[in-house]
Amino acid sequence: MQFGLSESQHLLKDNARKFFAGECPMSEVRRLMETANAYDAALWSKMAEQGYTGIIFSEEHDGVGLGAVELILLMEEAGRALLPGPLFSTVALAGAVLNETGSPEQKKKYLAPICRGEARATLAFAEASASWNPADLRLESSSGKLSGEKLFVPDAAAADMILVAARDGVFAVEAKAPGVSTQPMVGMDSTRKLYFVRFQNAPAEKLARPEGLARGLDIAAAALSAELVGGMQRTLNLTVEYAKARKQFGKPIGMFQAVQHQCADMYLETESARSAAYYAAWALAENTADAPAAVSIAKMYASDAARTVGNRGIQVHGGMGFTWENDVHLYYRRAKASETALGDATFHRERIARLVIDAEPAFAKSA
Amino acid sequence: MDLNLSTEERQFRDEFRAWLDANVPRDWPEWREKPLEESFSYLRAWQRKLYEGRWAAVSWPKEYGGRGATLMQQAIFWEEMALVEAPPMANALGLGLIGPTIIAFGTDEQKRRFVPKILSAEEIWCQGFSEPNAGSDLAGLQTEARLDGSHYVVNGQKVWTSYGWVGDWCELVVRTDPNVPKHKGLTVLLVDMKSPGVEVRPLRQMTGESEFNEMFFRDVRVPVENVLGKVNDGWNVAVSTLMHERGSYGARLHLIFKRAISRLIELSRSYPRGARPGSENPLVRQKLAQCYAEIEIMRLNQLRAFSRITATGIPGPEGSIQKIFWSELNQRLQQIAQELLGPYGQLEKGDPCAVDNGLWAYGYLRCRGNTIEAGTSEIQRNIIGHFVLGLPRSY
Repeated sequence: MQFGLSESQHLLKDNARKFFAGECPMSEVRRLMETANAYDAALWSKMAEQGYTGIIFSEEHDGVGLGAVELILLMEEAGRALLPGPLFSTVALAGAVLNETGSPEQKKKYLAPICRGEARATLAFAEASASWNPADLRLESSSGKLSGEKLFVPDAAAADMILVAARDGVFAVEAKAPGVSTQPMVGMDSTRKLYFVRFQNAPAEKLARPEGLARGLDIAAAALSAELVGGMQRTLNLTVEYAKARKQFGKPIGMFQAVQHQCADMYLETESARSAAYYAAWALAENTADAPAAVSIAKMYASDAARTVGNRGIQVHGGMGFTWENDVHLYYRRAKASETALGDATFHRERIARLVIDAEPAFAKSA
Repeated sequence: MDLNLSTEERQFRDEFRAWLDANVPRDWPEWREKPLEESFSYLRAWQRKLYEGRWAAVSWPKEYGGRGATLMQQAIFWEEMALVEAPPMANALGLGLIGPTIIAFGTDEQKRRFVPKILSAEEIWCQGFSEPNAGSDLAGLQTEARLDGSHYVVNGQKVWTSYGWVGDWCELVVRTDPNVPKHKGLTVLLVDMKSPGVEVRPLRQMTGESEFNEMFFRDVRVPVENVLGKVNDGWNVAVSTLMHERGSYGARLHLIFKRAISRLIELSRSYPRGARPGSENPLVRQKLAQCYAEIEIMRLNQLRAFSRITATGIPGPEGSIQKIFWSELNQRLQQIAQELLGPYGQLEKGDPCAVDNGLWAYGYLRCRGNTIEAGTSEIQRNIIGHFVLGLPRSY
């Protein structure tokens, strides 16, 4: 039993860190977040060359064929870099759901262009009720066409294909198809744009295995948790650096215990979120019985901890932390958007409760 | 990353499981209710049995009677112990903290003399570290040892000593040089608790019990061959003991917590919130789920720490997050129990209406000590700030 990373996993993570630091430094993050869709075609091609767009998809669809653990290591580093654009939406969200719900032909049709870097995708899930529970979905197909509204759809304007979760299945819709219109929603995280998407008799292809949706969403939630961990780590690093450099009363503020303890708590929260995210990924890769609970534990903890780490980080930065020029608030914005995406902590605690309180009495004996 | 048991780990588990199946006493639940003074000989006998099976200190090197078990095997060991609700071992501090310190710093003669009897529970050990004026600032301790021929003469007072009342030997930290900076004048002595001048008194704590003792040393003569490590290098020896305390303890705690949350979930099905059971109340469900999740994260943090220690060889200052995590988690867990049980939560042992014979009332009071004992949460955060994050020392 060993919970450390293997040599190849370390290598993948280190390479991703260097890649994002080189190709998408904060100056580039700030440039892209001011654009309409935060998408950069040149950066996307480079990510495809690295194999990032096909990381978890089968080699027969031109993917790399790695597992959920490798995916979350990549997402952690993307989160640390605050990578703008549709990597998460395309690979970890729509891609993972496609991979779990498509027939072999459908996967070939939709995943191969993603792996090759030729297409981007997203998932339209939440409706006006803003619920992440599939049972609450209202949108339904009618003679193979979709009509209705989806909200908070990430990166829809950069997507070539929109997966739609409906009452009666999961559908693939070409983003440029007649009857599809996207309208930006002005969210606080401008590195990941959100859209209001309307379907009016939009032609849609039904995916073969709708029962795969839950596992696809779990992979996405684990990936988003890992992305939050990366953001927390960066916030912690920036904060510790600042606490060492900033002087008041003639001393670095990091010398004061009130400041040290904030940083210590940031460290504890970041490491704990990382443990939970890594385990969720491993449980998904191994398809263990506790994988759904492990995912909810990871997303629940990361959702709360990322916000808390951001609060502490800004507090330690003092007035500097409240300025636009300081990067900490950009992570803070991402943390808030990701906190609610795919279910906030309250949603996942209730899911844990269903899995462990309502599943009696086997649980009580398992300790 | 592979959290499946390896072949060796599975073999280790199966072997211990079979041994436990044949040897674990079945009447522990009855004994558990009794005061420790009464059950102590029972716990000694249980440790003796583990010793005879070579299971008393699996983490120790083979030449000292252990099995050279990896950290993962140690975790498996404690998990198996918990699964069958095995009694604890009598010489907990000797096995967990002091034995490993003697193995690391002791002379051959000290190892030969002390280690086997720690294993067999023939000699029970206690730890003389904290003093009335040296808690968090341990290095400021004042108990002094003056060299007089072939003996040190010890005078001073220690406090918060677990197992002091039953201890045969004590790992005692004393000041041997008052004229150098405080960390540099300390020495560790191995002290026979039957020496003239040693007095042990019970210390009554806020739970009403006396889990700990105060110890007084008046002109206690300790032979120089009982110095552990080098004279005036006691700080290093003591810190090594404390690292063991912070590193390995969490492994068994998560199982205790897991049992507690399981019981709370069970209780939530029968204790009402209004007209319905607590288990159907959204707020109760949120709190139980949060607690369940944190217990799982505590386990995962521990496993990641084990993998890191296996790679680096030493339990580092990162262990401080485990101490903070488990102590604060237990306080949250006990509060949730109180909220769930409402006025029943306050009922102590002996009250006919008490839940689980007052376990939760006791747990609520006892957990207040968790963030203080074994290094306060504040000290642990200082350790993380300075030693892990590299912030400048605050004192």
